[in-house]
Amino acid sequence: MAQNNAIGHGGHGGHGDHAGHHGSLTEYVIGFLLSIILTVIPILAVVDDWMGRTATIILLLATAALQFGVQLLFFMHLREEQGPRYNLVTLILGLIVVVVVVYGSIWIMDHNKMY
Amino acid sequence: MAHAHNHAFAHEGGHDGHHDLEELRKFGFWIFLITDLILFSTLFATYLVIHENTAGGPDAKEIFELPGVIVETFILLTSSFTSGLAVLAMNAGSQKGLVGWLIVTILLGASFVGMEVTEFLKLIHEGHTIHSSAFLSGFFTLVGTHGLHVSLGICWITALIIQLSRYGITEVTQRKVHITSIYWHFLDAVWIFVFTVVYLMGVM
Repeated sequence: MAQNNAIGHGGHGGHGDHAGHHGSLTEYVIGFLLSIILTVIPILAVVDDWMGRTATIILLLATAALQFGVQLLFFMHLREEQGPRYNLVTLILGLIVVVVVVYGSIWIMDHNKMY
Repeated sequence: MAHAHNHAFAHEGGHDGHHDLEELRKFGFWIFLITDLILFSTLFATYLVIHENTAGGPDAKEIFELPGVIVETFILLTSSFTSGLAVLAMNAGSQKGLVGWLIVTILLGASFVGMEVTEFLKLIHEGHTIHSSAFLSGFFTLVGTHGLHVSLGICWITALIIQLSRYGITEVTQRKVHITSIYWHFLDAVWIFVFTVVYLMGVM
């Protein structure tokens, strides 16, 4: 019944060992540098007009998604969750709803042009 | 199942019940963040569906000024980093470091909100208000909701600093610092999408 054991652990690792989890300076610095790089790339792509419209949009969405991942892994420490990963499962459920709402709205309205 | 459940809780409670309660509260906050994410997704969906309906008014390309928004983005990015440094200082047991980095985070957050308010006022002054077009309604609602979240975060961290000065680093204030820092990282993550979808794609 590891599951019961983990209920109380919601966010991060196990008992005690406070210094051990919640990240290290290296982790934060790497995360910060990665997010700067992932911000500069899309800015340059748009300002300097690197490529076509569709390719740029794909690049922008990709760097934004990667940046979201960097925040989750390096800053929110999603990796360090132990036991049944309730945080991760909740997040995945949320993301499914997000994708359905956003993509679903665009898709359905594309088929509902009133003009 | 139920028996095992209770047993586990009793066992945990035996030596470390308070700690587990704080962890459970953190998880509760995480669930709130996910619902907040869903709230933002509805605003993004609305914006994406209506942003081309400018009612004869200006479109994104004409009114957005990228340089200011890029500065805002780096300010918020840095504040996300400094709120992490606050947690590190706390883990190292340094209340001075913790409060210091929280103050830096607040100041960066305040400059972000300040720049956003300036941008909004400039748009409104030029006659581009929330009433002008579907595009601007969606824009002000989405970006404004994010700005409100940041403003709320500033008030919240301020209150936390007062608590810290009164009670020091306890298990309760520790949990609160963790929660506010996760909230702050979350706001940065949402802003990345606002910046990408609204501004960068807008000026393309």
